[in-house]
Amino acid sequence: MTTVTTAPAGPETPTRRAAPRTRRRDRLRPWLYLMPAAAVLLPLFGYPISMLGLLSVFDYRQAQVSGGEPTTFVGFGNYAAVLGDRRFWSVLTQTAVFAAALVAATLAVGAALAVVLSRAGRVPRLLLSLAAMAAWAAPAMTGSTVWMFLFDTDLGLVNQVLGIEGFNWFYDRWVAFGVIGATVVWHSFPFVMVTLYAGIQAVPASILEAAELDGASAWQSFWRVLVPVLRPLITIVVIQSIIWDFKVFTQIYVMTDGGGIAGQNSVLNVYAYQTAFGSSEYGLGSAIGVVMTLILLAVTLLYIRALYRRGESL
Amino acid sequence: MRRVEILKMCAAGAALLTLAACVPSSPPSSAGGDDRSGTVRVWLFDEPNRAPKERVVAEAIEEFTAAHPEVTVEVAYIPTSPARHEKFKGAFNDPASAPDIAEYGNTDLAEYAAAGGFADLGAEVRSWTEGGDIDADLLKSATAGGKLYGVPWYIGVRALYYRTDVFGELGLEPPATLGELTAAARAVRERRPDLYGIAVGGQYTFGALPFIWDAGGDIEKLDSPGSREGVKAYTDLMSDDICPPQACAALTGGRTVELFAGGKAAMGILGNFNRSAVDAGPAAGKYAVVPLPGSTAGTPAPAFAGGNNLGVMRSSRHRTLAVQFVQLLAGKTYQVKMYEAMGNLPTLTSAGRELAARDPFLKPFLDTVAAGTRFVPVDPAWVKIDNQKVIPTMLQKVATGQATVEQATDEAAAAVDAAFGRS
Repeated sequence: MTTVTTAPAGPETPTRRAAPRTRRRDRLRPWLYLMPAAAVLLPLFGYPISMLGLLSVFDYRQAQVSGGEPTTFVGFGNYAAVLGDRRFWSVLTQTAVFAAALVAATLAVGAALAVVLSRAGRVPRLLLSLAAMAAWAAPAMTGSTVWMFLFDTDLGLVNQVLGIEGFNWFYDRWVAFGVIGATVVWHSFPFVMVTLYAGIQAVPASILEAAELDGASAWQSFWRVLVPVLRPLITIVVIQSIIWDFKVFTQIYVMTDGGGIAGQNSVLNVYAYQTAFGSSEYGLGSAIGVVMTLILLAVTLLYIRALYRRGESL
Repeated sequence: MRRVEILKMCAAGAALLTLAACVPSSPPSSAGGDDRSGTVRVWLFDEPNRAPKERVVAEAIEEFTAAHPEVTVEVAYIPTSPARHEKFKGAFNDPASAPDIAEYGNTDLAEYAAAGGFADLGAEVRSWTEGGDIDADLLKSATAGGKLYGVPWYIGVRALYYRTDVFGELGLEPPATLGELTAAARAVRERRPDLYGIAVGGQYTFGALPFIWDAGGDIEKLDSPGSREGVKAYTDLMSDDICPPQACAALTGGRTVELFAGGKAAMGILGNFNRSAVDAGPAAGKYAVVPLPGSTAGTPAPAFAGGNNLGVMRSSRHRTLAVQFVQLLAGKTYQVKMYEAMGNLPTLTSAGRELAARDPFLKPFLDTVAAGTRFVPVDPAWVKIDNQKVIPTMLQKVATGQATVEQATDEAAAAVDAAFGRS
């Protein structure tokens, strides 16, 4: 947002009167431009979020929903209950670590394939794009179920190929997270790949040529030329990935039957869902939702701020 | 300055929005109506082998619509998975998408009653000729707060199924105590490594509860010495020499049924209602049933008396028709037909007596019932305990060695107390 105010020049009296009005219009203009978007976004996001916040300060369970008991205001009681729950903290840590690993993996796979895509010949490029588009288009539910079949203990293709029938991939916590992580990356890398590929296509060939003439290796021109040029895109992709991976739900819920053995594979979203809907503690579940939203906002803001500090804008 | 003002305005607007949304509202629950024509909608539970159930229900519908030509009956089959809670809550919250009649598990009764979703059928059942024939204990499983929220349709009791061919081949006797059961399971696995000694699962709550009850424990006191003994006895079965935790820790009750029916296990804790599933698999004709033994010979482990009721929704617009259809389905004729189709134990004493004389298969189950059955707490807390998987988590933690019996039971007892609002 840049507000440029032109210094008044020329005859004094008329501009004196006109200046505040112009300035006021200049100030208002960005808000006017935002209006159409706000008209759509405010009801769409504002209402659910305000309801979420509102529910989180009430004792709101099934009995209240269907009118059996009156709704009571409990202030920050739900938040105290959530933050005082040891399980919440262990699930939160687990979610953060899992999401961080997913973001790194998604980015690595997506970026590597974007580079491959930009260098591949026509047929391999088409095949790779088609495979990626198919993964992207597959609904999370379907994809998870198919992966689950692939890794099935008794009948799974993976176990048959590896000759380890009877091996339960979802028994050990970290092995299970590995399989689920692979599924999530498989679902989300195409977005990263396509975005970065589009970015790479837009990088003027002359820059890369110049780097090559200066004797830069492929590795060097990737890190020293492509990455800096694509930084705004990468920022968006990273933020998107953080948000998606922090909120991962379907894959965990489907593949581990709602959190795995003794709930060892639970993540925050599954935990919130089970608290809110499984146990009909809608107030408590909303509090978890609010905490999660705040965490995501904080992470995103910190990330953008860090970028500004380094003197780069979006 | 201006920008600050605009921000203020926005904040004020947001505050207004919040106020407008105000306190989350509770929808007025509609009391329903009494139309004598139209469509009566029925929700019944889906079953692993549904076709015979569907046939009997279709027969009942035919009889019903013959007597009421202006009525159609529409049946939807809903899953018994935890997703059923969502379906029922949706039906309570939105009468437009609710059925008139619903089959529901008696373990869910307390929650549904608290939510005010079902109508009190006390008067209708008292004036119904067959109503007096319903076992008094079973009527209690449909009663909460003195109101009768449905007609018990059938019950199910679990007992020990075992493979007669495997036991014969290895020279084993059907176990008469829990100790013998463990020994037999180990012997089978040792000599037939392709079989599980007994199919048990970390998520099989109703398979584990008899062990806990038999040892003197209880759901509300999971950290008592009796409960711990029971938990240990059950989780000891999930060991490499009986039912390896790698395979068994994640199993649900339904999966253990599949294992036994699929011929992969020498024993299983299955219900009388699983008979048709077993008869459809390779274990058909090669099994027998005894009551699940307790720690001393002659006293079976107390079984869980689960069952399903037929309730009429409070929001139903066809109250009389709905009650009449419930009385038809839960009457003696169709209870007997349902037993023949699905192996469901009837709730009408006369129907039970008639069937027991006809079918010796029922004997171990009726013996189990005679020895005394137990039920889960009739309290909304139970649904919470069930949904939070408190008992499966406890069993799985012990079976996988993530926690000792003491740690896991302490944790579970704390969760149970929290569900009851006692902590």
